[in-house]
Amino acid sequence: MRKAQHRPIFWLFLAPVLLAFALVIVIPFILGAYYSFTNWSATARAGDTLRLIGLANYAGILKDPSFTFSFIITVVYTVFNMVVINVVSFGLAMLVTRKLKGRNVYRAGFFIPNLIGGIILGYIWQFVFNNAIPSAGLALGLQSWANPANLLLAQSDTALLAMVLVGTWQYAGYVMVIYVAAIETIPQELIEAAHIDGASAWRQLRAVTLPMIRQAFTVTIFLTLVNSFKQFDVNVSLTAGGPSVIFAGRPIYGTQLLAMNIYNQGLKSDDMAGGQARAVVFFLVLVIVSIIQVSINKRREVEL
Amino acid sequence: MKEHRSLRLIIPEIVAVILFLLFLFPFFIVVINSAKTPFEITQSPLTFPSDWGKIPANMYTIWTSVNVQYSSSFLSSVIITVSSLVLLNILSSQAAWVLVRTKTRLSTGIFITFVAAMVIPFQIVMFPLLSWFREIYTLTGVRLLRSYLGIVLAYIGFGMSQSIFLFHGFIKSIPLELEEAATIDGCRPAQIFYRIIFPILRPIHATVLVLNGIWIWNDYLLPLLVLGKGNKVMTIPLAVSNFAGAYVKQWDLILTAILMAMIPIVIFFLVAQRSIIKGMVAGSIK
Repeated sequence: MRKAQHRPIFWLFLAPVLLAFALVIVIPFILGAYYSFTNWSATARAGDTLRLIGLANYAGILKDPSFTFSFIITVVYTVFNMVVINVVSFGLAMLVTRKLKGRNVYRAGFFIPNLIGGIILGYIWQFVFNNAIPSAGLALGLQSWANPANLLLAQSDTALLAMVLVGTWQYAGYVMVIYVAAIETIPQELIEAAHIDGASAWRQLRAVTLPMIRQAFTVTIFLTLVNSFKQFDVNVSLTAGGPSVIFAGRPIYGTQLLAMNIYNQGLKSDDMAGGQARAVVFFLVLVIVSIIQVSINKRREVEL
Repeated sequence: MKEHRSLRLIIPEIVAVILFLLFLFPFFIVVINSAKTPFEITQSPLTFPSDWGKIPANMYTIWTSVNVQYSSSFLSSVIITVSSLVLLNILSSQAAWVLVRTKTRLSTGIFITFVAAMVIPFQIVMFPLLSWFREIYTLTGVRLLRSYLGIVLAYIGFGMSQSIFLFHGFIKSIPLELEEAATIDGCRPAQIFYRIIFPILRPIHATVLVLNGIWIWNDYLLPLLVLGKGNKVMTIPLAVSNFAGAYVKQWDLILTAILMAMIPIVIFFLVAQRSIIKGMVAGSIK
């Protein structure tokens, strides 16, 4: 097979994945790009009523305050989520890599939320925020906790914060194990040397641990960025996009992240073409993030 | 010295225990409230239930609920996850093998295309995928919407890029001499792969299984679109959201449904904890 030709086995082994790739990714991708320039909807599905309308869908996005608002809160949510998850996960990793008695139990406990689907996690937390916390407030004599207007999910800004909280709970254990794996590869001699030199814990962290696990940071930062940007499940089950806010003079969903905005535009508003154009924008943002990631990795390889 | 050391670890140990309890607190809430009546749950969601015997009763309600159809949803989830995983592992590993061992421009081009496709989010293909699957049905009569075939095909399509990438990286490090010796012995290419290479790939198979297994089992959006609501074929996440939508604020039953959805995952995790964590880490770093 070292000769520059393709033996039958090449096509035989590739055929199934090429078929799946074409049917599920390539063809829908091309169709989608095309549809975003048409008046595509459930009623104008195909045939004679489907026609090209140029950039009208993209112009429509710019004029739609609900998309602008979704875009802004998605960026805010993504950045917050990324920072909080990484800080918490790193803290947890530092904790469970010490010689604690129950460290394996703690690791497992922190990891478990990650195994359960976002849709289920969101419902659990909806109950916690709307029922358990008010009840705890009453028990502690804090009447204001039980006031419906004060619930975290009752205001759009605190509801977004609640989503960051749930997102952190969901991903922290996963990101923690990536840090743990990185921390455990640091040679023990380095740590001992720092110890003998009388380095404080803080100095040891800055001079030894952080530089040694730099690669893990690139992985976790991009992983959490992309996953937060695509968040959909927790959004659906925790807030369902609500409560509403007034933005640019119109009442719109206050916690509708981009993925949900695309879904609602396409299926609930029966504007598949508009939803598709939004998805193209969503895709382009992810492409830019990936290009940045690849170039950072390339630079690192050169340094090494 | 030793005592001094253990003393220094007491505070971190206490912090870890507190955080551990805090992390598991939501699950605790689920368990205690699955054993309550609607009245009890609104009055005191934080206390222990007066009668734990309510758990089996609530579970029975969920088991027989037409919105959940627990046994059939569970079975569908198993069928979809297992068949997608088996096919993903076989098809991606054999594809990765020929891509590594064939050094042509076309081969490299195909591999790079697969890798680049990992950026593609589900959102950009989801609407056209639906109309395209519908189109395939009118053209050929092959039903891909609301069917096992369609959803498994979709999972292969969306899972293959990363899986091939993981296998590819590992196969590159397998010495060619191994295969050359077998060729001299008269083995045919397919035999070489399945007899010699496939077993060596075990650690990557584990990673691919874990990564895709967690994703497919818990996935919500893809089954929602491909299988649809109110279909005979329903996955566990669809069933739970279906129930929560139909029984708004009936938290005693919603939480019981959630508990029943979590039990299989937690059992699985306790059994295969090591490989799960290892697989997740390996998959993320590459």
